[in-house]
Amino acid sequence: MSARRALFILAAFLAPVIETSAFADGFAGLGGEAKGFAEVVEGTPIVFPRDFGPHPAFRTEWWYLTANLEDAAGASYGLQWTLFRQASAPGDERQGWAIQNIWMAHAAVTNAKEHLFAETFARGGVGLAGVTAEPFRAWIDNWRFSSRDDAPGAGLARMMVEAAGPDFRYKLNLAVDRPPVLHGKNGFSVKSDDGRASYYFSQPFFKIDGVLVIRGQEIKVSGLAWMDREWSSQPLTATQKGWDWFSLHFTNGEKVMVFQLRDETARAFRAGTWIHADGTSEALDRDDIALTPLSRIHLNGRTLPGQWKLTVKSRGVEVETTPLNADSWMATRFSYWEGPISFRGSHEGKGYLEMTGY
Amino acid sequence: MRPFFWTLVALLSHWRRHPANFGALLVGLAVATALWSGVQALNQHARASYDRAASLFGTAGVQSLVAARGGLISQDLFVKLRLAGWKVSPALEGTIRIRGAPFQLIGIEPLSLPRGTEFAGVTGENALGDFLEPPGRTIIAPETLRELAAPEGAAIVIDGGKTLPPIKALSGAPPGILVVDIGVAQAVLDRTGHVSRLIVKESSGDGVPPLAGVAGDVLRVLPPREEASDIRRLTDSFHLNLTAFGLLAFLVGLFIVHAAFGLAFEQRLAMVRTLRSVGVSARALVAAMFGELALLALIAGGAGMGLGYGLAAALLPDMAASLDGLYGVRVAGQLTLDPAWWISGLGIAVIGALAAAAGELFKAFHLPVLKAAQPFAWRRAEQIFLRRRSILGCFGLAAALIAFLYGNGLYAAFGGIAGLLLGAALLLPLLLAGALRLGEKTSSAPLAQWFWADSQQQLPGLSLALMALLLALSTNVGVGAMVEGFRKTFTQWLDERLIAEVYFEAAGDSEARQIESWLDQRPEIIAILPVSRATIQLEHWPVDVVGMKPHETYRQHFPMLSQVADAWDDFERGDGVFVSEQLARRLDLALGSMLEIPTAGDRWRAKIVGVFPDYGNPKGQLRVDLASLMRHWPDTPRRAYSLRVAPKAASNLIDAMQTEFGQQIARISDQAALKRLSMTIFERTFAVTAALNILMLVVSAIALFANLLTLSNVRLAQLAPVWAVGVARGRLAQLEFLRVLLLTAATSLLALPLGLALAWCLVAVVNVQAFGWRLPFHLFPAQLAQIIALALLTAAVAVIWPVIRLVRTTPADLLKVFANER
Repeated sequence: MSARRALFILAAFLAPVIETSAFADGFAGLGGEAKGFAEVVEGTPIVFPRDFGPHPAFRTEWWYLTANLEDAAGASYGLQWTLFRQASAPGDERQGWAIQNIWMAHAAVTNAKEHLFAETFARGGVGLAGVTAEPFRAWIDNWRFSSRDDAPGAGLARMMVEAAGPDFRYKLNLAVDRPPVLHGKNGFSVKSDDGRASYYFSQPFFKIDGVLVIRGQEIKVSGLAWMDREWSSQPLTATQKGWDWFSLHFTNGEKVMVFQLRDETARAFRAGTWIHADGTSEALDRDDIALTPLSRIHLNGRTLPGQWKLTVKSRGVEVETTPLNADSWMATRFSYWEGPISFRGSHEGKGYLEMTGY
Repeated sequence: MRPFFWTLVALLSHWRRHPANFGALLVGLAVATALWSGVQALNQHARASYDRAASLFGTAGVQSLVAARGGLISQDLFVKLRLAGWKVSPALEGTIRIRGAPFQLIGIEPLSLPRGTEFAGVTGENALGDFLEPPGRTIIAPETLRELAAPEGAAIVIDGGKTLPPIKALSGAPPGILVVDIGVAQAVLDRTGHVSRLIVKESSGDGVPPLAGVAGDVLRVLPPREEASDIRRLTDSFHLNLTAFGLLAFLVGLFIVHAAFGLAFEQRLAMVRTLRSVGVSARALVAAMFGELALLALIAGGAGMGLGYGLAAALLPDMAASLDGLYGVRVAGQLTLDPAWWISGLGIAVIGALAAAAGELFKAFHLPVLKAAQPFAWRRAEQIFLRRRSILGCFGLAAALIAFLYGNGLYAAFGGIAGLLLGAALLLPLLLAGALRLGEKTSSAPLAQWFWADSQQQLPGLSLALMALLLALSTNVGVGAMVEGFRKTFTQWLDERLIAEVYFEAAGDSEARQIESWLDQRPEIIAILPVSRATIQLEHWPVDVVGMKPHETYRQHFPMLSQVADAWDDFERGDGVFVSEQLARRLDLALGSMLEIPTAGDRWRAKIVGVFPDYGNPKGQLRVDLASLMRHWPDTPRRAYSLRVAPKAASNLIDAMQTEFGQQIARISDQAALKRLSMTIFERTFAVTAALNILMLVVSAIALFANLLTLSNVRLAQLAPVWAVGVARGRLAQLEFLRVLLLTAATSLLALPLGLALAWCLVAVVNVQAFGWRLPFHLFPAQLAQIIALALLTAAVAVIWPVIRLVRTTPADLLKVFANER
């Protein structure tokens, strides 16, 4: 899923910055080398808890949490909490307001009827936003995703997440008893045919419970959450205009992550990871994955897929996904579709879908 | 429709045959519209600028939080509020100087700015990276770029030695303001870790704790419109002044229109009779005249609007300087006007023209069909008008008297002035006629008697122009006396107020201590007088509290308007404070009464022991003992000093201090430079007034010229018989010239007392209402003589062309008078 965030940030969040001297390659040179930033190198080991924390030598990274929730009556909800870091220039971190790090965060709550969201921006350097690895703590304004005070130093084992926006807020606890899952080759996740890549791991086994407050109404919920961590300096190719990313929780405890990067001039680049219920995983072959839109939805003058057929041949997976709320449009400063889905077919379960570049 | 059309054509043909009359009408109306609309354009533009400045932070739905007790807000509190969920965005405002000129510097944080605030656009969608990434950018309005005389991209060094990020001009940016990143502003203003304002959208998300729960009582909400209304309140009187000027000029212009149309009406009486005789109804005739007038008004009004725009553009720098000097308010250097201005300007031209011609239209409607078309019948009618006008004039004077005796406020003051001026103007013909009759009685030679009698006969035709001249002259006298008086008072006041030889401000508090101990060792120093300043609000009015030492220097020289006995001893004990005249007037504070002053911690009750003049300061000021100030406002920075130095040592001391401390001194100046600066500001302040004054005089000259020119066309009937009995054309021309000069001189003499009355109204009533200070009334004989000379020159210029025409009139033309009926 590295692709989604990388392009997302570059194309959207800091498109203006790209035109500056620090990004002299320009927008057309999206595929150019990120001079001065650290490079993603195959074989570099991912180390915990260090890599829960930030990597200022790289241009961009994110902490991404999505959750599929249910209330006592069985109604479904989705939750999103995402934090991005983007460095505007390479080199040693500067102090105070002059720091290169710019942070952006999105939060959302979705049910069948409503999709509420909020966004916020902050500059690093003065304490408005940041991430520490140990104890793990990610924050921006009054939004937090961090180790619980009663369980510091336990990695991601016991966490809490909270955020608030117009008409909604949430605060939930998370717990997990398995280590994170590395994507690609031990966390080295390739994004294009010419070898662009990112470091990428997930924690897809969170159990989550807590309270959503939607328009003043408190709702107790519980469910499954999926956290992504990814960092890189190398953008995508100029012709990769958008992506579709899926994370699926099967009812039998297995999970799968697949994404495709849609290319204007070539066939889509696909990749994924099959995750066993015990936490072990295998990367999926590009040709093993097929993604086909089945229906269209129209939102704000855009047309994008509604239902998808998703197949993983080697695993006998052939499912049709349906959004909980077709209008899960994140009309943030840089907009995209992100929301909870359910699926049926060869397998059943719930998950999250992100679609950008439509 | 056809009778209407042909009637209109017939009426319009008159103007073709009388181009001078036509010119007078057009010029009068165009000039009237130009002055009125020009002034309105300036007002509208200035107000738009205020709104733009206020909307920097005050867009709908956006509020500002400021330190409840004034001063700065700690950046930590800002971070604390953000982390508590308050969607606040920080800003840091301060003043920097570039080559001595002050500019407002604002540091913003574009990432957290609420959408829709002015600055969200200031950084520009595509320039965010440039703005944030060191060295960053200094965003300024294009007109400010010109003001700085720097190329785009230049990195300006401000006074004190710090360098601003490269300049980027952005149209729509607020004028006179330099916008930089918050981090840059903190460094440049030497306020690391502080902000001056927090901008917040009303809704800050769900479940956010109340402000007091996070920040205690450190912050207060500044309502979005408070700032705009502050500026508006401060500048209201200034704009009222301008409007009054504009209105006066418009009236002068309408006098021209009235005269020109009246003359045309009389000249067209024969045509009107003919038209009515061939069956054109009175209604159709008046409708055609209406149509004619509306058409002319639109043409002249359109031209006037163009002129008005040019006038406003030309006066804009002066007005901007005035507003800057008076209120520290910045106005954009580029005129921007909305369509309403054009429509209202044209509307006022048409309405003005109709009002000026209403009498004639009424007469046309009621004219008996067969009434003989007597030439100059209107002169006879003028006798009746003269009486009516005189009665009206007396009413005007009475109204003025009532306004001054019982009126209150600026509008009453202007109403009184209007009554006075119009009353006097309406009485002018009567007074002049009296003077001419007196002249006739005292002369015995036939030519002299003819001269006086003929002047009397000519008076009605000239009276409107002379009235216009009277208004222009008395305004010149009045405003001139006011400005001169102000200059004299201001200069004296500056001499007393700026008594120390050297003034400086240290870059920070610790630097100030360092410099102070260095100064202690210098032999040429007679006294070190620290000054400190806190800002408070008294009854919602911004007031500076200035702390100073009760040193001999001040005891002997600090100018006072009134004080109690032993005022300085009370002051020194901290029991007594001095209040500025503006503050005393505004809050109605009496000498000897108690004043409750909100301080950083508590309320301080002090006795008012003195009132001092504080000309030119839009804010109120309290002078208190320095030790008391530091006790009540312990956090106040103490960086400013006045130094008493042996006079000749001042410049050497400044050099020595600059060498020794360099950038540790933020500002340093000697007495002479400060006085120069103050006087420059003073002069700039009255630049626009002076310009309007001259324009009024020009308009009245045009009025006089137009009148004389139209009259000269019909004067032959009177002059031909005199010529026929042997008076040469040259001699006649001399007499014509003399007549106009004589009438002008008489008008000027009348303008003197009227102007002085006006000056008294301005200094004693308008200034007090508008600015809060009263000036002593001074007389300036040289200035008065100058104005009379100017009036005579104006008249001479206006009459020269008609007189030349008279000299060149051929005998054949003069003889024709006897051949024709006329």
